[in-house]
Amino acid sequence: MQKEVYITQTNCITPLGLDSFSNYNAVLEGQSGIQLHKSNLMQEPFYASIISNEVIDVAFSKISESKEFTKLEKMFILALEPMVSKEDITSKTAFILSTTKGNIEALANTDNTIEDAQLGTLAKKVSAFFGFKTQPIIVSNACVSGVLAIAIAKRMIQTGLYDDAYVVAGDAISEFVLSGFNSFQAMSSEPCKPYDKERTGVTLGEATAAVYITSNQNKVNKESFKVIGDGAVNDANHISGPSRTGEGLFRSINSALKEANLEANKIDYISAHGTATMYNDEMEAIAFNRHGLQNVPVNSLKGYYGHTLGASGLLETVLSIESANNNKLIVSKGYTNCGVTQPINIISETKQHEIKYFLKTASGFGGCNTAVLFEKMN
Amino acid sequence: MEQNYKIAQHCVIENNKVFLNGVEEFSSADEQFPDFIKAAYKIFKSNYPKFFKMDNLSKLSFLAVDLILKELDLNEEDNDIAVVFANKSASLDTDVKYQSSIANKGEYFPSPAVFVYTLPNICVGEISIKHHLKSENAFFVFDAFNAEFMYNYAVNLLESKKTDKVLCGWVEFFEENYKAVVYLVQNNGTLEHNIKTINTIYNK
Repeated sequence: MQKEVYITQTNCITPLGLDSFSNYNAVLEGQSGIQLHKSNLMQEPFYASIISNEVIDVAFSKISESKEFTKLEKMFILALEPMVSKEDITSKTAFILSTTKGNIEALANTDNTIEDAQLGTLAKKVSAFFGFKTQPIIVSNACVSGVLAIAIAKRMIQTGLYDDAYVVAGDAISEFVLSGFNSFQAMSSEPCKPYDKERTGVTLGEATAAVYITSNQNKVNKESFKVIGDGAVNDANHISGPSRTGEGLFRSINSALKEANLEANKIDYISAHGTATMYNDEMEAIAFNRHGLQNVPVNSLKGYYGHTLGASGLLETVLSIESANNNKLIVSKGYTNCGVTQPINIISETKQHEIKYFLKTASGFGGCNTAVLFEKMN
Repeated sequence: MEQNYKIAQHCVIENNKVFLNGVEEFSSADEQFPDFIKAAYKIFKSNYPKFFKMDNLSKLSFLAVDLILKELDLNEEDNDIAVVFANKSASLDTDVKYQSSIANKGEYFPSPAVFVYTLPNICVGEISIKHHLKSENAFFVFDAFNAEFMYNYAVNLLESKKTDKVLCGWVEFFEENYKAVVYLVQNNGTLEHNIKTINTIYNK
């Protein structure tokens, strides 16, 4: 019998708010962090979900006077700070940080050393701020990183190496990432429209999100969720596009269901990846249909936050937990007409809906996929 | 009850030398990495034209894995071998190259063929495609090789029946510094799968 593992606390830092509750309320109201930006990051104006530096600086100044942190590091610290209690950090507390590009913008300034762009440097600074006692575990597995980090926390707690874990995920908007997605011609010329007929690609965003994961049942409260199954299976098909049959995602979901010993028809809600590229959304619809999940309410939160890369899977899990605790479905912003060939049940109006079990999925470059199943505790 | 797993094969590539299961199979003293890895690829007859479009990290990882998996009787379409890799510099070697393509507004040529390699897990994708590994995978970054983590993560994947073989690897590449240490964990093999053995292979 494997140890049972729970998410007992959540938090997130986005343009829509600096905690889980205000983010949940903002998305229920239909607010979006996506705006048109004109800046030196791109030659042409572009849509993105960007947090103002001032908001971060003001919030950060309330917890530290230090000037040594980058904007992204401050966002990581702000996400973790309300959750971390000093007495809980032991020699068996894991610190897991998920990111795709970390402080990549450090490369643009020739005064910086390569150390400034190393993910390990970033993790060490955040770790030292809180006084974590174990070596940081960095997950850098493209766009599945944020949700994969939850699976990794659960798995590592189950090995007995750790009792609990603080998991934080984040990525920032940079010229590096904007130009790269633009070179792929993957950027939408308007705010992204996941699963919609008129979708034309990704809108990028920045955010951090954090969760506390523990095997200690005494910490379980009425808002806690048990992590009941996970899978992270590769497509083995293409490095920059998903499998046409959704094979890796199908198998990831299968692996999670098997571990949870749950029938697919028990799933009440799916928080999908929905990047609004033609291939990704189509692939997900195929994979969900292969599991008979076409009638389960599903959304993508990219219409509110854009694609926040290494943060997205964790950020979307945090919002899904709020949604499930309130038994309320969040509208999949940007969706009007079905633009995938297999039917799926996209949430188009806010409504009450009992959510006991939910599924979070993500897919990314390198052919990676991740699926994690959650069970409400109350 | 925890079962004892074994290390069936291991491959180390560093200092322009290739070792398979502790035996030096190839060396090429005076060459830069791109020439060295190309020569090794030819000697070991990997025969996979996509190799030439890969970045350095993927070439290094690809060759180490190819040598190990050549020894196995692999299925042509579907193999359940998990891939768990880690390194220190993530994809920084390619990140620096990509950054130079956008550094100057007068010579602004971002290339999708370079950008795609600015994620460390792309090397895992390349390996999975070549060997049809529709299986568990993850990429981690640590300051230094972490045998305890790799050991525990691999055992968890095997114990939870998510896979029955795991390819574990440290695949580091930044500028002139590189090192690949890849080993296959499964039910049978010659070496015990434990932290001490893993460190011995790494420090060889």
